[in-house]
Amino acid sequence: MSPIARHALSLTTLAIASLGLSACGNKEAAPAATGEVTIKIGHAAPLTGPQAHLGKDNENGAVMAIDELNSRGISIGGSKVKFVLISEDDQADPKAGTTVAQKFVDQKVNGVIGHLNSGTTIPASRIYSDAGIPQISGSATNPTYTQQGFKTTFRVFANDVHQGQALAQFATQGLKAKTIAIVDDRTAYGQGLADEFKKAAEAGGAKIVAQEFTTDKATDFKSILTKIKASNPDVLFFSAMDAQGGPALKQARELGLKSAFLIGDGGCTPEFIKLAGNAAEGQYCSLPGVPLEKMPGGTVFKEKYKQRYNQPIQLYAPYVYDAVMVMADSMQRANSADPAKYLQEVGKTQYQGVTAKVVFDAKGDLASPAVSIYQDKGGNWNFVETVFALTAPAAAK
Amino acid sequence: MDIFLQQIINGLVLGSIYALVALGYTMVYGILGLINFAHGEVVMVGALVAYSVMTALLPTGLPPVLLALLALLVAAPVCMALAWAIERYAYRPLRHAPKLAPLISAIGVSILLQNLAMMIWGRSYHAFPDILPPIHYDIGGAQITLLQVATIVLATGTMAALVWLIQRTAMGQAMRATAENPAIAELMGIPINRIIMLTFIIGAALAALAGLMVGANYSVAHYYMGFMLGLKAFTAAVLGGIGNITGAMLGGLLLGLIESLGGGYIEDLTGGFLGSNYQDIFAFLVLIGVLVFRPGGLMGERVSERA
Repeated sequence: MSPIARHALSLTTLAIASLGLSACGNKEAAPAATGEVTIKIGHAAPLTGPQAHLGKDNENGAVMAIDELNSRGISIGGSKVKFVLISEDDQADPKAGTTVAQKFVDQKVNGVIGHLNSGTTIPASRIYSDAGIPQISGSATNPTYTQQGFKTTFRVFANDVHQGQALAQFATQGLKAKTIAIVDDRTAYGQGLADEFKKAAEAGGAKIVAQEFTTDKATDFKSILTKIKASNPDVLFFSAMDAQGGPALKQARELGLKSAFLIGDGGCTPEFIKLAGNAAEGQYCSLPGVPLEKMPGGTVFKEKYKQRYNQPIQLYAPYVYDAVMVMADSMQRANSADPAKYLQEVGKTQYQGVTAKVVFDAKGDLASPAVSIYQDKGGNWNFVETVFALTAPAAAK
Repeated sequence: MDIFLQQIINGLVLGSIYALVALGYTMVYGILGLINFAHGEVVMVGALVAYSVMTALLPTGLPPVLLALLALLVAAPVCMALAWAIERYAYRPLRHAPKLAPLISAIGVSILLQNLAMMIWGRSYHAFPDILPPIHYDIGGAQITLLQVATIVLATGTMAALVWLIQRTAMGQAMRATAENPAIAELMGIPINRIIMLTFIIGAALAALAGLMVGANYSVAHYYMGFMLGLKAFTAAVLGGIGNITGAMLGGLLLGLIESLGGGYIEDLTGGFLGSNYQDIFAFLVLIGVLVFRPGGLMGERVSERA
């Protein structure tokens, strides 16, 4: 099978290369034709499997942006354009993620929004980079994504370096933790965040007394939690998504583990509180950016989302919405939807989005990312403080 | 010591759930020589139906135990009907086909059920309601909840009843005869189609109970939960000797204990070389060991006949 696959792959790359070459010639002719020009935006997220609820939320955000753009009746390069969203399921699986990426390249999408997970975003980014297609993720937080030297990678979300530092700072200063236990789910996201957290927490004077691991499909955490209980830490940092974090917190309390519980953005959802039940009361999570209510266009967006989908925003929808808007904005400024032409404009973005003013640094990360800490009070995540907001471009690491 | 005891308790609870599910795999294999890969999904349907019934009845203010009982009274028939349909339409037409065909059909049913469940219950994780008051008992520093006690007692009781059913009743005799040799059993006047159906239905009832227990113990239900649980339970069945009832129970309990103790002590045992990210290797190492040195499983005997 593999020789055939390799053959097919090289054929497709060849095909893409030749298409890329001829594309310039074709584009000249396009405006002459009357009627609308279609701009294809690829969107990738897990729409099945354990994280499907988050993937659907991302897709909802993208759909809202696309519909709004189309209702504005935008013209690019002299002709009226119609944005079309091509949404694909990457199953949160790196292999499926690259397949989706190849599919987008074959379909000649003008840009890609996503993916949701760091584990899929990073391998897929190479494919987009090779094809010269700009990619903006609204949720992948692993720092590696923008540090591979690709010119096509952008994100409208603080990365794990920012978030890990902010969480550790809150644990050691806000909660005055001396001993900390860490659990991570061995995904690119969980592991990356845990590593940054550990570095910053140790620098902050705390001792890491236990480091345990789980998976992003686990439901039983009693074995590792029992082990953590033996070291009785001040803070338990759970570096995983809500689907694991919620039940884990509940199980921790059943075992009599009393440590303060801290989880990153993957657990900063209504779902987490629903799953953890009463155990969530008083526990903490962090979210890149500022709270929805404090966002420039947050309240309006929240209402619009609720009206349209009849459910609360899960997590990343506003960021994905902004990602689409930033992409469309760059195309308008470049007056072209040709990836080769509008790519430079993405880097020069100064866009006032729903979530924040989007300005990128040299790597494609946000120039001034903020990270906020929330605490559960009576079944809602309440804003505590914004811990970390770099005003200068993020320190190159 | 209290930590060790706690890990044993964790393992026993997990193990008794594995055992209940493993019984479903092993009974069907014993009779048909078929690995019913859709069985994990039946557990999932059981858990989600129980979840729906309980959340729907929650406003009535009935005591949670009663709710759980009602949930089981609905979930069990639903699972049994589902198993009936699976056997009737996905397996029976393929009974005389090559062994690979029903296996592929089983995987197909499994994917179908997952997607149906996704359409009915959505993609979200559902918080499973508490079915018993959160009472803790302290045993030598370890915590055991009333729910955990109930899980172990209920699972053991159910398994004892199943052994009685198979060893002591006429129906059980018919099941054993069908497992021995379907063709001869039919000649002896045993309605083998009905017996096979019955096997599936009993397995499904156990699956419904297991679904309720998984949901209650780990307080979460999701359309995807059956997959891994099914794999682990299948491993437990192989560990005990697939086709063997007592073996499935023993395999389930052992696997639960191995997972729990393995996850808790792997770091100390390997001097920090391996962490709890290698939790699963214990279970599968044991499985490989069993397959190499005792291919029939711990309690299996006549594996060559079946293979």
